[in-house]
Amino acid sequence: MRATCWMGKTDVRVQNVPDPKILNQHDIIVRVTATAICGSDLHLYGGFMPTMESGDILGHEFMGEVVDTGRNVKKVKKGDRVVVPFPIACGACFSCQRRMYSLCENSNPNAGIAEAMLGHSISGVFGYSHMLGGFAGGQAEYVRVPFADVGPLVIPEGVTDEQALFLSDILPTGYMGAEMCDIEPGDTVAVWGAGPVGIFAMKSAYLLGAERVIAIDRFPYRLQLAAEKVGAVPINYEESDVAEVLKDMTGGQGPDKCIDAVGLEAHTHGVSYAYDRMKQAVMAETDRPIVLREAIRACRNGGTVSVIGVYGGFIDKFPMGSVMNRSLTIKAGQCHVHRYMQPLLERIQKGEIDPTMVITHRMNLDQAAEGYRMFSDKLDNCEKVVLRPN
Amino acid sequence: MTATAPASLQTGQRSQGKQTQRSTLAKGLGWFSIGLGVAEVITPGVVSKLIGVKNDAKTRKVLRGYGMRELAAGFGILTHSRPSGWVWSRVAGDVVDLASLATAMRTPANDKSRLAAATVAVAGITALDVVCGQRLSSQTPTESGTSSTQDNNTKVIRSIIVNSSPEAAYSFWHNFENLPQFMTYLESVKSTDTIRSHWVAKGPLGITTEWDAEVVRDEPNRLIAWKSLEGAPLDLAGSVQFEPSPGGRGTVIRVHMDFAAEGGALKSMAGKILGTDLGMRIQHDLRNFKQILELGEVTQSDASIHSGMHPAQPAA
Repeated sequence: MRATCWMGKTDVRVQNVPDPKILNQHDIIVRVTATAICGSDLHLYGGFMPTMESGDILGHEFMGEVVDTGRNVKKVKKGDRVVVPFPIACGACFSCQRRMYSLCENSNPNAGIAEAMLGHSISGVFGYSHMLGGFAGGQAEYVRVPFADVGPLVIPEGVTDEQALFLSDILPTGYMGAEMCDIEPGDTVAVWGAGPVGIFAMKSAYLLGAERVIAIDRFPYRLQLAAEKVGAVPINYEESDVAEVLKDMTGGQGPDKCIDAVGLEAHTHGVSYAYDRMKQAVMAETDRPIVLREAIRACRNGGTVSVIGVYGGFIDKFPMGSVMNRSLTIKAGQCHVHRYMQPLLERIQKGEIDPTMVITHRMNLDQAAEGYRMFSDKLDNCEKVVLRPN
Repeated sequence: MTATAPASLQTGQRSQGKQTQRSTLAKGLGWFSIGLGVAEVITPGVVSKLIGVKNDAKTRKVLRGYGMRELAAGFGILTHSRPSGWVWSRVAGDVVDLASLATAMRTPANDKSRLAAATVAVAGITALDVVCGQRLSSQTPTESGTSSTQDNNTKVIRSIIVNSSPEAAYSFWHNFENLPQFMTYLESVKSTDTIRSHWVAKGPLGITTEWDAEVVRDEPNRLIAWKSLEGAPLDLAGSVQFEPSPGGRGTVIRVHMDFAAEGGALKSMAGKILGTDLGMRIQHDLRNFKQILELGEVTQSDASIHSGMHPAQPAA
């Protein structure tokens, strides 16, 4: 089959690789009909993620048709059209039983590596390094999906591939970012980052009752999307002092809830600690880690800061004094996607959310390398790339 | 190596206070390394000014290199259960730093008083590193830790919570022929009579090691302890305890392993096969055990079905 392989820094290639097989009896094989490049894939593309091997198949946002099932699979069957959540979750462990699926204790065969880095491991993730399991991803013609009775959601007729695809990651991730804010009537919610996840966080904040949503970014086309499709108030941080503008907009109080949909550039861990740490340290000099500090300092007294942007390791100059003295709440997490798929599917069916609004580029799987380059370099106003194998 | 598991647990508890002091010092040094490393890598110019060395391209390049060395040592110390090697690498680095400062003293353009202050500071840190290295190298067993004493005795304690009853966990483990399903270094275990069994372990390059073991304690649904018999290529004692978990979360499985690898070349090799990161191996095996009890099989990925690193793509 054809698959998008990570060959090294800024080097992805669509190559011929063997077809996937059933490895566990709870597996299914999915023939991919649509897949997408995620902002977090760019961390891999840029070479910031350790424990990648040349030849790893990328992709954790995908959907398609079930073509084979393991012996123990009961709920899904051949021919079903399914969308697959990016965290791999067993459904049986302590975390899964408490619906914290991205913290599954049984789905990461390389949990030891993640433990060394994070203290405790998280779930396995498709196409996202060996630290998170060494699972082949879904930017391919076919993909093996473990725990088929726990993760994949069967898509009903009347819902298109493009409407359903983002239930795999970015729509639930944005929604959870807003949900963690415990939004109350009258709230102003500020969202840093108007990439696809930020856009969905803004949309969700309105759905959950926010009175006003503010979008902070530096790309005019992204701010325009936030303003036109979601109704957010845009702030371009290259043109304005964000802290001042936020104070001004809220009568000096600050936004009630702040969402960091940017994160740090890199996850780190691996054999070459020094090398990766140096990269992360150098990245700390870019604008990106400033978001968390800025969000904390901007937030109203007693407010909530919700972190859905990806952080990998350690950060410097964390304003703990601001958090403690001003009674702030910080919530964070990789999305527990399984929780949100069905309710968000219903919102899509009711027309409350149109996930396709973020799609700017549709390409054939064979053009994956070009898709990565465009998304990474923000060429041609690129917001979201959808790839189709056929 | 004669201690049975419960005895080694007691030893661990007694020595824990001292142990904590040692690892606190090591952690402090680890974070110090990372702090200094980041400063040297990002702002070598500022560091050169601080220590009184001329701020030119060559100095900045050297300082960046030193920064990477600090980062490696820092991460090594913070992420390894036995950081003594990394602490000694700091001592080696300190010697390089002192030599560099001495060389810098001879260059007229440099600020002598700042260099002298930096030398005193580095000498102080070197002394601290040596103390820490010595303490860690002579460390004694700890609870939930791995330790090697000078006689090559390794003791490891690891635990996990499994969502099952103590009865189910005990009975699966008690059938020793099940062990290779979750102990990755075992090829097979055959019961030879009610208390004795024959174990075959696979090592790197296809080398196998075999030994006989017998059960020395067996308390149904609570504890199983075993040890290798005379004539085995290694002295190994293990035990596993099964306790109901607080909060009704299932069963806490706690494994104690003691093994000694002193003796002839054969024993030494057997020790090498089992001794490399024994703690990580046991934790990995415990996760496999949990998966078998909670899911019925061990979760595999496209990479994990291969031994060693393999790209995350399906096998041919």
